Amino acid sequence: MTKKQKKNLIRIIISSVLMISLMFIPVQGILRFILFLVPYLIIGYDILIKAGKGIINLQPFDECFLMSIATIGAMVIAVTTDGDYIEAIAVMLFYQVGEWFQSYAVGKSRRNISELMDIRPDHANIEENGEIVSIDPDEVEIGTIITVCPGEKIPIDGVITEGSTVLDTSALTGESIPRKVNPGDEVLSGCINQSGLIRVKTTKEFDDSTVSKILELVENASSRKSRSENFITKFARVYTPVVVFSALALAIIPPLINLIMLSRPAHWHDWIYRALTFLVISCPCALVISIPLSFFAGIGGASREGILIKGSNYLEMLSKAGIVVFDKTGTLTKGVFEVTEIKAENIDKEELLKYAASAEKYSNHPIALSIKKAAADLEIFEPQSTEEIAGKGIKTMVNGKHVLAGNYKLMQSEGITAAPSDSHGTVIYFAVDGRYRGYIIISDMIKDGSESAIKQLSSCGIRKTVMLTGDNASAAAAVAGKLSIDKVYSELLPSDKVEKTEELLYSKNKGESLVFVGDGVNDAPVLSIADIGIAMGAMGSDAAIEASDIVLMDDDPRKISKAIKISKKCLKIVNENIWFSIGVKLLCLILGALGFANMWIAIFADVGVMVIAVLNSIRCLMLKKL
Amino acid sequence: MKKTYKIEVDCANCASKMETAAKKIEGVKDANVNFMTLKMKVEFDEGTHPETVMDNVFKACRKIEPDCEIYYK
Repeated sequence: MTKKQKKNLIRIIISSVLMISLMFIPVQGILRFILFLVPYLIIGYDILIKAGKGIINLQPFDECFLMSIATIGAMVIAVTTDGDYIEAIAVMLFYQVGEWFQSYAVGKSRRNISELMDIRPDHANIEENGEIVSIDPDEVEIGTIITVCPGEKIPIDGVITEGSTVLDTSALTGESIPRKVNPGDEVLSGCINQSGLIRVKTTKEFDDSTVSKILELVENASSRKSRSENFITKFARVYTPVVVFSALALAIIPPLINLIMLSRPAHWHDWIYRALTFLVISCPCALVISIPLSFFAGIGGASREGILIKGSNYLEMLSKAGIVVFDKTGTLTKGVFEVTEIKAENIDKEELLKYAASAEKYSNHPIALSIKKAAADLEIFEPQSTEEIAGKGIKTMVNGKHVLAGNYKLMQSEGITAAPSDSHGTVIYFAVDGRYRGYIIISDMIKDGSESAIKQLSSCGIRKTVMLTGDNASAAAAVAGKLSIDKVYSELLPSDKVEKTEELLYSKNKGESLVFVGDGVNDAPVLSIADIGIAMGAMGSDAAIEASDIVLMDDDPRKISKAIKISKKCLKIVNENIWFSIGVKLLCLILGALGFANMWIAIFADVGVMVIAVLNSIRCLMLKKL
Repeated sequence: MKKTYKIEVDCANCASKMETAAKKIEGVKDANVNFMTLKMKVEFDEGTHPETVMDNVFKACRKIEPDCEIYYK
């Protein structure tokens, strides 16, 4: 509780005790008025002052103004009829209770959300003359060696020079399984060092480090306002003056009609009372507070899941997603080449792999690397007199045998009959001592989550999935078939991807949005022209993250449907709040104008609705079950 | 130049009023008040002195919101 909240709570208590005890004191006339004025002023002085200031500054139409006229009006009615002062005090009292609750609830959820996002490291350790000194991470220059003790956060991105440990990356990625790191590995700021002491050579400045970027992203998120928020701001601007003038009309016109046209008594008190009730009901606070709170909670909750959303407008747009367009490499596939098939002819599979790895022993080509990785547990021979045949492959001696490894052309030029493979991916043919011995296929692996990611998308309202790739048609079709993607465009240059995306943007239905998911540098233009660009954060390039609207920190494509679900839940809550608040208010306004609602109902319509709306928006934080 | 300041304010409406007030101050190119994170982001015109500009921003905000606070010193 802040100082101000404490003070207001005390005011609420004193004023309500005074009000209740005054109900039992039998005094009459002016003395009674003065006595009741005390609790009224205790609870309402700041509102009255603010309303006064608003009038002086020529910006009179706000909640304070509404509350002030309503309660002063009720006081005046009470004085003239020597009636009930309780109502005026109670209205002010409940209004303050509502305000108090609102500030408490908002403060509390603000703290909760900030805690979620509290991954900013506050110091970096450097070694000076053999002693560890803590300094401000801002002061650390690129290339400095910093020490990170167990339990500490890594303050700046860098590469481990000494020590291995296990990192908790959950603050960045939402991934709960710890990651093992060794010297030479890159580490990101914001991760928590769990087990051993490590020394890290920094590769970035603090301001450019992952953690600073993420925080800046999320903190700026709520300043990009959604359409609902803009609607409410505009709504509130028109709404209050309209309500004040309608109340004025309600107070003056019916009595005048009574008096002049129907020659009946005017019932001034009745109508003024109705007008005042009308004013109390009409306060727009429920909407004004609950909508930004819902978005803020949604964005905060999503960031805990490793989904960074750059603004509430994107959250809103995402909830209307109808088409999802994917990039292939690095998004749906791992972007890492692996041996996916070994076809051996008259030779043991393991034997073939062994010859292959031996032949490629000194090559650093990605294909050679993946073959060596697959043969990591096998005994490798020393290749002799290796000869590279440009554009075809290699010719070498392994374990006293002639080995040929390369593409189909190599086999042809060496006069070896090989059975051509029509599989997708890169095929390496082998011949040992002049005889064809089979082939090894190396291809990009589909990510574990890709298949279920696509499946889940249809359950959250995605009408069409599309894959764009620069790869050849057969590789593209194989991936798309396995993942059951609706439409594939292959062999695209980066500029073709932009063109295809534009075509898809034209083809979309009214009111739906197009999502593009990608990771590479050549995706950046597509990420920015799509309605929503989702970038893979951990592997993706800085340019892609910059150009995107949503970043998935752990590259898991399943997070796409999760993000959509979060956005839908959030928007549902926002709409519930809009309709509920406006609905209850309209109903009460009508009842008030017709004279069926008294001030007590009015104050419920104001404060009660606000409390319910605020509680409802806090539900946006609860995303675990999605 | 852009700077971010921590602020103290009670309601979302007051925050948006502060934003409007800040935008009108000379030397302020753009201002954005975020009620949820309680932060005010101000973009200054070239060649202005942020602290003197912020003095005026603060005065203007105080005028419309007597109990608001901007931590800019």
